Amino acid sequence: MALLEIDRLHTFYGKIEALRGVSLTVGEGEIVALIGSNGAGKTTLLRTVTGLERARQGRVAFAGQDITHLRPHAIVGRGLGHVPEGRRVFSGLTVAENLMLGGYLHRAVPRLLAERSARVFELFPRLAERRGQLAGTLSGGEQQMLAIGRALMAEPRLLSLDEPSMGLAPVLVRAVFAVIAAIRKSGTAILLVEQNARQALRLADRAYVMETGRIVVSGPAAELARDPRLRAAYLGGEVTA
Amino acid sequence: MSLFLQLLFNGLTVGSFYALTALGYTMIYGIIRLINFAHGDLLMVGAFIGWTLLTTVAIQHIPIAAAIAVALLLSMAATGILGLVVDRFAYEPLLRGSRLSILITALGVSLALENGVQLGYGAGFKAYPHLLPSVYLPVGGASLGVTQIGIFALSLALMLGLYLFVHRTAIGTAMRALALDQDAARLMGIDVEGVIRLTFFIGSALAAAAGVMMGLYYSEISFTMGFLLGIRAFTAAVIGGIGNIPGAMVGGMVIGLLEAFTAGYFSSRWSDVAVFGALILMLMFRPRGIFGERVVERM
Repeated sequence: MALLEIDRLHTFYGKIEALRGVSLTVGEGEIVALIGSNGAGKTTLLRTVTGLERARQGRVAFAGQDITHLRPHAIVGRGLGHVPEGRRVFSGLTVAENLMLGGYLHRAVPRLLAERSARVFELFPRLAERRGQLAGTLSGGEQQMLAIGRALMAEPRLLSLDEPSMGLAPVLVRAVFAVIAAIRKSGTAILLVEQNARQALRLADRAYVMETGRIVVSGPAAELARDPRLRAAYLGGEVTA
Repeated sequence: MSLFLQLLFNGLTVGSFYALTALGYTMIYGIIRLINFAHGDLLMVGAFIGWTLLTTVAIQHIPIAAAIAVALLLSMAATGILGLVVDRFAYEPLLRGSRLSILITALGVSLALENGVQLGYGAGFKAYPHLLPSVYLPVGGASLGVTQIGIFALSLALMLGLYLFVHRTAIGTAMRALALDQDAARLMGIDVEGVIRLTFFIGSALAAAAGVMMGLYYSEISFTMGFLLGIRAFTAAVIGGIGNIPGAMVGGMVIGLLEAFTAGYFSSRWSDVAVFGALILMLMFRPRGIFGERVVERM
């Protein structure tokens, strides 16, 4: 049984059907990429899985249990972490406070939070230097690191990331992908939504392609990276991988 | 000089009431962008609960200090719960709706509380029992009431406690986080609705503390007392910078002093002109308020 099982999910924004029966699975310790153009429904899918949007129909199961109608904070409590699009760090709070909130559900165990923030600082030494600084004063790359570090504070079994490389310089994009690989090594499964399809497919085990609210193609990432139709649509034509 | 000092003492006492009340406005606006029109009426309810407790027989047979402490704490707890219930049943279902419907609901809650208390207690003034000693200390030709010192000290202690809670605890940090970004707060595992309810509890309890102290200080209360007081406290919150906790404290003191000095040097008839004139000037030249970061949004 897969860790995350999404079964024929439908989500509406008013009368607009943003998800038209999406099914997807992520296995334990797996990296799954979700690619597709703007407006395909990728962000809506993640927002529905995390409980921020309500599903009209369909089912989401995590670790074998139905989480479709749980509220977001309860879903986080089950071990599903999420790094939202646009980072969404708490700009008026310090780096340390942002991380503390990431571990909010474990607030009664300060020792655990100290251990985990030490681990986050090991992964992102820049954040350690800036722990007393307001998150809003960090650079875009640092904010992305903080957003990822914050989600790791809850030690999720599955981490979903929405466009983590968006708006970052190429050197930082590579850093972000390296971090994602490192997170998987520690045993956390990853669901990665990316515009940067080429990088995402290189990193992922499997991938899904979304178009107007539906999954149109899925398979092993390496296979999709060679698919001529996908190369034309999402990988900018010629690929030298 | 003695008049100045006297007005200063009076102003800081009244300012304490405004500051405690302004905190509720500012916290609630900060997290859900609602001007809670019922907030002044929660203060009034708190004052009536305090009156009921202080005039019941049981509590008159214990020492005065203990009676006041019991009345204050029970009134704060009961009014806090009332604020929480109002949020849960009147506001929470509308949080995802339009801002206008929740604002109108707040007006409705205000009317319901005022008329409910009128129905239960009658429309006349209620006299608070004279429990506090009329002891005054001569300071530079003015007289500083021991009661005034007590009110000011207790208000400062409550405000300091609130400040530490909001800045030093995990739940307080969650409160600040959800004021910045509700969805991101949900993703941290924060029960956003629960934290909002807690904010209503705290804001209402602080208003109740102000209500009981006002009853003891002015010796009489009525079911309409919350209306104008609420508007002035809201003005204090805006002048301090709505959404900002130290701003509400400073704004409350500013309004209290402005009111006292206008009353002392001109006439108490002019105090509303001074208070709302200050609001207009603030909105013209510094709409964010003294400490505010955000521009006040139109409601």
